[in-house]
Amino acid sequence: MLGALIIVFREMLEAGLIVGIVLAATQGVAGRGRWIAIGIGGGLAGAAIVAAFAGAISEAFQGSGQELFNACVLAIAVVMLMWHNAWMARHGREIAAEMRSIGVAVSEGARPLTALAVVVGLAVLREGSEVVLFLYGIVASGTSMGSVFLGGVLGIACGAAFSALTYYGLLAIPQRYIFAVTSWLIALLAAGMAAQAVQFLNNGGLLTAFDNTMWDTSWLLSEGSILGRLMHTLIGYTERPTGMQLIVYVCTLVAMYLLMRIARAPQPRREATV
Amino acid sequence: MKTLLVACLASALLAPALARADDFTLTIKDHKFTPSELKVAAGKRHTITVVNNDATPEEFESHALKIEKVVVGNGKGVVRIGPLKAGKYPFVGEYHEDTAKGVIVAE
Repeated sequence: MLGALIIVFREMLEAGLIVGIVLAATQGVAGRGRWIAIGIGGGLAGAAIVAAFAGAISEAFQGSGQELFNACVLAIAVVMLMWHNAWMARHGREIAAEMRSIGVAVSEGARPLTALAVVVGLAVLREGSEVVLFLYGIVASGTSMGSVFLGGVLGIACGAAFSALTYYGLLAIPQRYIFAVTSWLIALLAAGMAAQAVQFLNNGGLLTAFDNTMWDTSWLLSEGSILGRLMHTLIGYTERPTGMQLIVYVCTLVAMYLLMRIARAPQPRREATV
Repeated sequence: MKTLLVACLASALLAPALARADDFTLTIKDHKFTPSELKVAAGKRHTITVVNNDATPEEFESHALKIEKVVVGNGKGVVRIGPLKAGKYPFVGEYHEDTAKGVIVAE
């Protein structure tokens, strides 16, 4: 049972972390609960579908289907995160100001909650499909199913609890900084996902340029450890990054920064109003 | 991002033209890998076909090789590795980590 719990929890960590960050990033926006629920629900449905067609996906594109699929899912998530951050750069100030003055949730407005709902959905889909396959394997093998299945369910519960922990942890940040902090978290999240996406393309044999390993920090922090996995999701930690992964990581961060600079609304000049 | 996708698709079409150094096969049976140790030449690209003879799915995973690949029950999956520096690269079947483990030795 413990084994199943650990395996499922490990898979849930990434999705849990992302859901927690998204919840914190959308603090004070009406309707976010519904959108995030739609994201999770859609992700779960997608996970079941992906798991059901795992064999077919794997065999597509000369055996590179799974890698191509994962790379595309990650790429879409990166675009959505960029869109969200650009939007926040433009409107975050108003939302924060409104939250302070009214003290309640601001209206939904033109807020692109869809972007974050998609990000949540894709995270759940990617990690969830592995959980579904694992649990399916237990059902299929039929051995000591009860206790292992219980372990799996407990693993999911632990993942959800971790998500809540992330959320409440982020809420402890003073309100005037929270959007800045979540924007940076989302930028790092996106850079890590982009680096992961190019590695999937590499694994699929689709992009092999600059794929030499740059360094090895597995002695310092193993990617297999819980902390290693958390850092992998949070900032894209990879124990043996390739040159291409580094290039893409840095480029994503720079692109995100530039996009946020461009999107930022002109600041009202205080001197002028006096 | 669009250009990246276009580049991906373009390279997808070119992929079959890439030369492959060596092909290996790993077989999963009763949640164990055979062979559990695979010797490959360092500095080259290799293709490993993971054949799953169990009814249950397995995830071939190796952080050292940066690979995560689901192999469905009674199915197979292709894993591409390399170029590797000389050394040992452990891998596991994530769903049955107690028994499903092995190592790739590049030399």
